[in-house]
Amino acid sequence: MASDYQYEPKYSLTKWLDTRLPLIRFTSEHVLQFPTPKNLNYFWTFGFILTMCLVTQIITGIILAMHYAPTTLNAFDSIEHIMRNVNYGWLIRYMHSNGASMFFLAVFIHMFRGLYYGSYKEPREVIWILGCIIYFLMIMTAFMGYVLPWGQMSFWAATVIINLVGALPIIGDTLTQLLLGGFAVDNPTLNRFFSLHYLLPFIIFGVVLLHIWALHVPGNNNPIGISVQGKQDTVSFHPYYTIKDFFAYTVFLVLFCYFIFYNPNILGHADNYIEADPMVTPAHIVPEWYLLPFYAILRAVPDKLTGVLLMFGSIAVLFFLPWLDSAKVRSARYRPIYKYFFVLFFIDCLMLGYLGGVVPEGIYLLLSRICTIYYFAFFFVVMPLLSRFETTKPIPIGISNPTLSKDILTAE
Amino acid sequence: MSDTIDDDKPTRRDFLYITTGAFGAVGVASVAWPLIDQLNPDASVKAVSSIEVDISSIEPGSFLKIAWRGKPVYIRRRTEEEIILAEKDDNESLPDPQKDSERVQNKEWLIVLGVCTHLGCIPIANQGDYEGWFCPCHGSHYDISGRIRKGPAPTNLEVPPYQFVNENLIKIG
Amino acid sequence: MINNFKIYYFISISSLLFSLFLPVNLIGASEKTYENIKPGFSFEGPMGTFDRAQLRRGYQVYREVCASCHSMKQLSFRNLVQPGGPEYTEADAKVFAADYTIIDGFDDYGDPIERSRILSDSFPSPFENKEAAKASNNGAYPPDLSLIVKARSGGYNYIYSLLQGYSLVTPTNLELSDSLSFNPWFPGSGIAMIQPLYDESVEYEDGTTPTIDQMSKDVTAFLAWASEPEMEERKRLGFIVMSFLIIFVLLMYFTTRRLWSEVH
Repeated sequence: MASDYQYEPKYSLTKWLDTRLPLIRFTSEHVLQFPTPKNLNYFWTFGFILTMCLVTQIITGIILAMHYAPTTLNAFDSIEHIMRNVNYGWLIRYMHSNGASMFFLAVFIHMFRGLYYGSYKEPREVIWILGCIIYFLMIMTAFMGYVLPWGQMSFWAATVIINLVGALPIIGDTLTQLLLGGFAVDNPTLNRFFSLHYLLPFIIFGVVLLHIWALHVPGNNNPIGISVQGKQDTVSFHPYYTIKDFFAYTVFLVLFCYFIFYNPNILGHADNYIEADPMVTPAHIVPEWYLLPFYAILRAVPDKLTGVLLMFGSIAVLFFLPWLDSAKVRSARYRPIYKYFFVLFFIDCLMLGYLGGVVPEGIYLLLSRICTIYYFAFFFVVMPLLSRFETTKPIPIGISNPTLSKDILTAE
Repeated sequence: MSDTIDDDKPTRRDFLYITTGAFGAVGVASVAWPLIDQLNPDASVKAVSSIEVDISSIEPGSFLKIAWRGKPVYIRRRTEEEIILAEKDDNESLPDPQKDSERVQNKEWLIVLGVCTHLGCIPIANQGDYEGWFCPCHGSHYDISGRIRKGPAPTNLEVPPYQFVNENLIKIG
Repeated sequence: MINNFKIYYFISISSLLFSLFLPVNLIGASEKTYENIKPGFSFEGPMGTFDRAQLRRGYQVYREVCASCHSMKQLSFRNLVQPGGPEYTEADAKVFAADYTIIDGFDDYGDPIERSRILSDSFPSPFENKEAAKASNNGAYPPDLSLIVKARSGGYNYIYSLLQGYSLVTPTNLELSDSLSFNPWFPGSGIAMIQPLYDESVEYEDGTTPTIDQMSKDVTAFLAWASEPEMEERKRLGFIVMSFLIIFVLLMYFTTRRLWSEVH
């Protein structure tokens, strides 16, 4: 949708630049003037929040890398050096570790927004898939980053997860050795994880640019799921959404700063303050909280290979979402049955997260299995069935027009 | 036009925006400071930025070469003859004129940074034509007060900040 | 018409808030042990600070009792002087340091040079290496105490409970190996460390009565500082940052509302 305002360079310098590299024009069209639906709620602010999380992690990460030593002999001590000696080192370290948790909190809210309002549906399938790629890259980055402090959990979580690769038939053992750089998690593993942990965020950044580019083709979805019909439905991104996004970010910062300054270790595990010892296994090996649901799915099944396949499958299934749910109505506001199953799915994910942190025995194991079954059933059974058989509520005609479609029908 | 006069007065709305903007700028600056300060020397580096050296075992005519802030420092206990020579040379024509008394706190003890002021090589003690140091890289000669006498170096050997904690102990830095 | 999504707002936010208050030991739940005693420390809470006199007493307990088996490799003598900790004078800390020696370089014959420790040196380790430590302690390694409060999920309350927990009588029906002492706060109830503190183990320089309970509290506070020497600065900065943010959030809220009042 073209807006009234067209960028016109006023000064000789900006005219010169505009014909060679239209940076300002691009910023004007895609950031400042970009027509955005005027009815977006606060769930739509998480895209900006996520961008700020990525920037925060990159900046604090680059600074930490100035002081960190990626060898098994020195890694743990170098982190303590950062915490005790480097000016504001403790602050930058806690920003980075708690920033990772905040990053995942924001991405979960962002993804659940997409699931609820049908942001993955036609024509936004590629935006969704790019988002799944970003999510997967985030998980890889976080997993490798957690190994770097070389604490007990760092070492043993790495050992457990990389050994899962061994479950793959034929190529399993060779692939495991390739990833490890040896026969067990050791210096080669640590070194390569450091290199890749530094690299991946910049790849994430590139995919984020693609994600936003793909978004700017159809424009944003909105809470009622009806496409934008004209200028009356939109406002310019700046200042309305720049300011609103920034406001949401400051609220987000309050939670972030609570963790950094008052409870910086509550989301972590005490065992990671013990230096890694290949000869001693911790009583309970657990990953960070944002990986617990996947850990629960992994351990729900007794067979190692099936557990691995289901664990990766639980992420893979997201990529196919636009084709599993082909219902025409986008927003769950007007899909009462879907909404019910969605709430169950949300609770299911919370349950899986809790179950990932306890020993999988007795009632916990049974619950893990039920929750894993529902997780996959939501995608493979509920969604396709609802696409065919759900009777949706009448949807409004337009964003600016409160008339419901059914009123038009009965009026005719 | 009356409109422009009203537009000139900052409205309550503008005051809100200006205040918010100012807070935002303060916030950004406050976050930026720690990110820059972390580049400054950390506590473990600052802890060894000054050292205490026991000089009780140095005989007259001999010297001690120690590391301070990553660079060599010569602590030389001068003999009577060397002190007389150093002070006599005050009146010679010096590339970087300085009296010996300006370079020492206690005449018996000469403390200089062992870094040639030309391009940073380490001069060798007890060599050269002036009873002092000789830098092998480009041939600078320093005298028994650490002053440049001959060669390409522009200034005298640097005297680091130091103080006598007591007669046996000096603190450098 | 009620916007239905508000219910989900509520559910998502309340479950997130609820999860903040989940007890830490739900994640990686361990076997049941005694509830940790909470004696109360001056440094607890968002405005808590360390009691300098307590930290000094705690350091004295560490030095005279614990240091014979437990290293504290991450600490240097200069940390005893820096603000936020026991805040000894430089002169006092130099005296502590000079009690110990360190190998620093080699002489002209290639033999190691041994000199007294100075402020910039780290705390000495009682054993050359982990194996020597184990050999002197029935095969059990006395852990380094630099991070012990952060490295145990019960934190400082666990450390305190453990230290004063030896006073309980061993139940008759419990089979414990000879090398273990009964302590119900330790996972498995049998701990390899023999009782470390007895009444009057230490004669406090400030004259405080050295009961087991007092020494347990003091050394726990010292260990809490050693694990988190930045704590006071962190809470101080936290206060400034949170105050700033609350005001800024309000300003941003009114700005956003004012800006959007023109739309629709």
